[in-house]
Amino acid sequence: MSVVAMAPPHDEMAEGEVRQTAQQQFRFVAWTAAVWVGILAVIVAFLSFIHLDLSFMLKWLPFIAEGIATTLFVSVASILLACVIALIGALGRLSRNPVFFGPATFYISIIRGTPLILQIFIWYLALPQVKIPGLFPEGIVLEGTLAGILALAVCYGAYMTETFRGGIQSISKGQTEAALALGMTRSQTMRRVILPQALRIVIPPVGNDFIAMTKDSSLVYFMGVWEILFRANKIGRQYFRNFETLVIAALFYWIMQIVLQYVQSKIETRLGRGDR
Amino acid sequence: METAKPIVRVQNLHKYFGRLHVLRDISFEVYPREVVCLIGRSGSGKSTLLRCINFLEEPTAGTVEVNGVVVHAKERGSDRDERVRKIRTSAGMVFQEFNLFPHMSVIDNIIEAPVGVKGMPRDQAIAIGEKFLAKVGLMEKRNEYPARLSGGQKQRVAIARALTMEPKVMLFDEPTSALDPELIGEVLNVMNELAHEGTTMMVVTHEMGFAREAANRIIFIDGGGFAEEGPPEQFFTSPKDPRTRQFLQRLLSGEEGRGKRK
Repeated sequence: MSVVAMAPPHDEMAEGEVRQTAQQQFRFVAWTAAVWVGILAVIVAFLSFIHLDLSFMLKWLPFIAEGIATTLFVSVASILLACVIALIGALGRLSRNPVFFGPATFYISIIRGTPLILQIFIWYLALPQVKIPGLFPEGIVLEGTLAGILALAVCYGAYMTETFRGGIQSISKGQTEAALALGMTRSQTMRRVILPQALRIVIPPVGNDFIAMTKDSSLVYFMGVWEILFRANKIGRQYFRNFETLVIAALFYWIMQIVLQYVQSKIETRLGRGDR
Repeated sequence: METAKPIVRVQNLHKYFGRLHVLRDISFEVYPREVVCLIGRSGSGKSTLLRCINFLEEPTAGTVEVNGVVVHAKERGSDRDERVRKIRTSAGMVFQEFNLFPHMSVIDNIIEAPVGVKGMPRDQAIAIGEKFLAKVGLMEKRNEYPARLSGGQKQRVAIARALTMEPKVMLFDEPTSALDPELIGEVLNVMNELAHEGTTMMVVTHEMGFAREAANRIIFIDGGGFAEEGPPEQFFTSPKDPRTRQFLQRLLSGEEGRGKRK
């Protein structure tokens, strides 16, 4: 939530004072915008100094743009799967039964303890070595996109498990007691009372994870998934115009982040309005 | 009254919190249409006793019987869990902190358990729920969310929610202690009405006026046991136990009771 929204009402402030602060605020924003424009101008100057081939960029822009859909598809599929994993993980993490608690904590520990790129290598490079007679006689060979989605989902799921756990734990004990006192079972209590409230709480952090995921999804480029970075790399290497294509890719990612962050802030203000 | 079958029967109940012995060998019965008020100092164990009856607290030893369903403290297993749930459906509970479900409207709060636990058809649950909502005087709040209700209104909805399960006994755990003083009256009025209609009730309270007016029997708990038990006239006018006398004296001098919060 923005600082402005949380500031106390200005009722008691003198009219002039309000105008003063509004003016200062405007001046600050205007100057910041000016500095941004300045920085961008320097970058553009630098890029023209190194003779960035604009017509080449324009020519390949649509080809790289096609990767946006793939990037978003991989990210959405991964975050959905990660939510399912995180929910199961959180329930295990909160269980007092070692048979559920143990695997949950082990999973979180090992996934958070290793780099994402290494995990991606395991899914894509190492699993084909696993030959199971009858089931996978040729080894477990995953198609690139599938391997990428699994890798991202399993990795983010581990981080999000803790988010979900926190969300569930933040619901007061009184809610559980009220549900149990009404005769609800443990699982009814979880499904009908705790989770609906907890999910509402985890939406903002999950939104942040999703935004981060759209960037991390670029790591799957190496599995031959035709997303933004893969396309940029492919063309860049082919014509030895890496700078051009990477600038395009960077712009796409950047614009995506700005749009998603805007959507995220809208969702947060809606949720922040409290219980309808 | 004594010839009827008791609705609540507690036998030799003990409760430990770690090494702390908070309830010491408690036995009592509550009969149909009886209103029993449990009073005592903070930390005397009165809330714990109430919460042991519907197993929100696990008794360490002893037996609890509600509406003919018996559960022993030492039992384990799914059969026991089922019986505990049966006890909970026949014992409605009202909490100090209301504990309405904030993500559900008033009417959804009320019908959640009748539909989800008792398997009552939705229409029927709504009909019964509306009856009780009207009884607590909040029919016009039917579709509001709890966040838009005052404390007193929340507690009245919580009472309607418990009543819609059509329990055999209502357990009130300091139902007015979290309320602003000017909102206590509306909740006590509802409880008084229930008492006069013959609802079987157990009430943990600091509201001596209510206890005096509505209770058939008052139990004074001190140090995890019953120090005194009797009809309100006797309790307030000629208490036998010195601890009761001391408690009432403090009450008169305003140190204990009214407006007191946990």
